[in-house]
Amino acid sequence: MKALVYVTLKPDVLDPQGEAIRKACASLGYPAVASVRQGKLFEVELAAGSPEEARRLLAELAGKLLANPVIEDHRVAEIDGRPV
Amino acid sequence: MFAVVQFPGSNDDRDMAFALKCVLGVDARLVWHAETALPAGTQAVLLPGGFSYGDYLRCGAMARFSPVMAAVRRFAEAGGPVLGTCNGFQVLCEAGLLPGVLRRNRDLHFVCDFVHVRVERAAPPFTSRAAPGRVLRLPVKHGEGAYTASPELLARLEANGQVVLRYCGPDGGPGGNPNGSTGDVAGIRNEAGNVLGLMPHPEHAVEAAIGGRDGALLLGSLVDAVQAGWTPR
Repeated sequence: MKALVYVTLKPDVLDPQGEAIRKACASLGYPAVASVRQGKLFEVELAAGSPEEARRLLAELAGKLLANPVIEDHRVAEIDGRPV
Repeated sequence: MFAVVQFPGSNDDRDMAFALKCVLGVDARLVWHAETALPAGTQAVLLPGGFSYGDYLRCGAMARFSPVMAAVRRFAEAGGPVLGTCNGFQVLCEAGLLPGVLRRNRDLHFVCDFVHVRVERAAPPFTSRAAPGRVLRLPVKHGEGAYTASPELLARLEANGQVVLRYCGPDGGPGGNPNGSTGDVAGIRNEAGNVLGLMPHPEHAVEAAIGGRDGALLLGSLVDAVQAGWTPR
């Protein structure tokens, strides 16, 4: 199975990288860009009996490794091309 | 005996061992990350700076899974003194031995400079040679040194007296935060007080020839404590 897992900063955590990107957008002539938040996308291939099992495994893994729960949230977004 | 852990990508391990052995005159040994136990007679553990495991995923995130870290965790939980500097601080946070996390510097720049930190409180076994209020001049070199904690966590750390070192100006006044850390935090300890993490490098400030000796005050405090019989409970 193939899955997508997003790791994003919690909403109340400042993102200096995202802010630097936003400023770069403005200086490139895209003042319409009001805010950028940078995160991570993990493409994971795994063996699981069902999409539900895959989702459970990935959520567990994301909590233990892919994300640091102090500052980051995680979300299993897609399994085998289907939104979760 | 002082155990200096060597992760793949550590690069201050030898400097730390040098400071302990050649400047402070104690027995220090390098311990490879694949060891499953600390050497017999280990009295203190030091996690050095560097880029353990390439700092893949997040700084310090991979080192926490190395075999030696299980032994370090047992040592810390038994009350043994553990000092993490720079990447070692990051590893301690990722391993959950210290609260909070280190993030990219506020300005996104790698900082390589001398900074001033104020000793906020007596924190045995790490500060006996540096009284509260004393300002230390220490080098930093990091890209991800912004200590980050929620307002609730910071309030708890302050209330518990866990903030041991804080960035300050040369005279001890406000200012001097090189990375945007929450509450100007430069170093914190755990609740039990036997685990300390800090971003500055005491091992790089142990001789006048390399710009100062203030780091020897912190490392020397640990040496004093160990020699006075501070051993794992």
